[in-house]
Amino acid sequence: MSANLEKALHNKPAVEVKNKKESRVYNYFANLFRSWTGTLGFIIIIGLLFISIFGPWITPHDPLYADFSKKLLPPMTDGHLLGTDQLGRDILSRMIVGARVSVIIGVLTVVIAGTFGTIVGIISGYFRGWIDVVLMRIVDVQLSFPFILLVLVINAIIGGGLRNIIISLAIGGWVIFARMIRSEVLALREKEFITACVATGVSRFEILFRHILPNLFTPLIILASLQIGTFIIAEASVSFLGFGVQPPEPAWGNMLNEGKDYIFSSWWLITFPGIAIIIAALGVNLFGDWLRDTLDPELKGD
Amino acid sequence: MKQKVLLSVKNLKKYYEIPQGLFKEKITVKAVDDINFTIKKGETFALVGESGCGKSTTGRTILKLTEPTDGKIIFDGNDISTLPYKQMRTLRNRMQMVFQDPYASLNPKKTVREILIEPLRVHKKFDNVTRLEKVKSILEIVGLSEYHLDRYPHEFSGGQRQRIGIARAVILQPDFIIADEPVSALDVSVQSQVINLMLELQREFELTYLFISHDLSVIQHMTDRVAVMYLGKIVEIAKTEDLFTNPKHPYTKALLSAVPITHPKEKKERIILKGDVPSPANPPSGCTFHPRCSFALDICKKQAPITTEYSNSHSVNCHLYTEFKEETTHAINHS
Repeated sequence: MSANLEKALHNKPAVEVKNKKESRVYNYFANLFRSWTGTLGFIIIIGLLFISIFGPWITPHDPLYADFSKKLLPPMTDGHLLGTDQLGRDILSRMIVGARVSVIIGVLTVVIAGTFGTIVGIISGYFRGWIDVVLMRIVDVQLSFPFILLVLVINAIIGGGLRNIIISLAIGGWVIFARMIRSEVLALREKEFITACVATGVSRFEILFRHILPNLFTPLIILASLQIGTFIIAEASVSFLGFGVQPPEPAWGNMLNEGKDYIFSSWWLITFPGIAIIIAALGVNLFGDWLRDTLDPELKGD
Repeated sequence: MKQKVLLSVKNLKKYYEIPQGLFKEKITVKAVDDINFTIKKGETFALVGESGCGKSTTGRTILKLTEPTDGKIIFDGNDISTLPYKQMRTLRNRMQMVFQDPYASLNPKKTVREILIEPLRVHKKFDNVTRLEKVKSILEIVGLSEYHLDRYPHEFSGGQRQRIGIARAVILQPDFIIADEPVSALDVSVQSQVINLMLELQREFELTYLFISHDLSVIQHMTDRVAVMYLGKIVEIAKTEDLFTNPKHPYTKALLSAVPITHPKEKKERIILKGDVPSPANPPSGCTFHPRCSFALDICKKQAPITTEYSNSHSVNCHLYTEFKEETTHAINHS
């Protein structure tokens, strides 16, 4: 039936712009639900977004309220679905609130690192010459440091907190965008349709903005979606190491950090935030994979 | 009737330098080495040769898509080889290009409308309404319709895409179009359609073509004059009929003998050339064709031949037709 509907939408003779857009959105969803991994990723992302937006209103308990009489309760006791931590705080509530941190960090870091990296990548790939050499050596130098170490050092210098962890992750993460966008631009500028633009008489500036930039959109979306997962994990690692989001503010990473001392007596302290991190990263990556398969015309099936 | 010369190329050279590391000398590849030809207004001039002989580079250098190393490109009386970027850009509305691969030469993210309006917008021709009218009429001319305006290139077949590519080149109503193997990526059945379209457009808009191809049957069908290239040099220029009936240069003879026969009973002698095309990075001394030439003389190894007018509008770069006539006939008789 869906194939018929697709056909009907395509064969409509005078297609209005609005209809066309609708059919495109429809096509994307039809395509999404054909792939179960993509669907799973999509559901996880929607769930994550929902929790991070409405988190404070749907927590069963106050995530910061410590009740020492109820510390280290195992899951499913006393109305605490996932148990309580060493200070008697509800783990589920803390995880729900912590989701927001992960989402904000994942998205904002990618936006900042992506924007900066893309600009650098375009400049170096399109203009080449000495500016390319200089920028790429900077990237090389930065790539020679381990990512987490670099983030920790920057974090140690500028201090903890949500804003600073985003800044340090973005500083640590822009290079991968710069490298990838540069290679994309390098490949694009040699394409024959760019030569065709030059032959037509299109100015360099217009070639860059009207022809190269739109073709960068797809790889950028794909890389960004995959990087969100990386940054979520990186934030958790940094928070686990005691930098980043500071207690008592809940974040999945620092919940792991606080819970690691009780790993043998109260397994639920680190198990559930750990699972949350896995699911979030998995969901984003699955969705990113699906995006790549869909948007990459070379891999496009139909 | 004397036709006006539209383009003349004088001593055009395009060398590429390939660095070989820090302490080694750079290798110079002579992609186009000192070529001369003129194209008259309204004619179709062909450049033919094997792949890698520099015919595409010649086309691209004439349009200044790559900078020439040396030489003059005189277009309609003005030398454009040293023209600065900005002036060159405004001149581009008079000279356009059709590309070889219709799958690569159209931006996949642009609709037909955007692709075809762009040349008009860039050269600031007409207002928005007239531009759209122009686009629609050009689509009609190349055999597509208004219905295709909002489609993306991937929704078209190869032949249709090449029509879009041709429409993009023609929409500015240029004087001169370089067609770089415009049909070699297409099916044979589609090839003839596209060629006939190009001929039709030539009549309609009084176009001058530089037609780059390796397909001799296509060249025989649609061009007025032919230049044969070998290893970055032109070895023979002649009228198409003349060249096909009476080729002079040994390489041209070999090239023509490689055209498949059209009838099984037709007898044809094949000239099989020895060896491969030498690397343009390290071309043979003297005449670059001498290692593969069955008529090679001693002088061919030492000295590059100069262009000899064999007859009016037929010139050859070969020692066989220069002052060593006696030796030549001797060599031919004994081969």
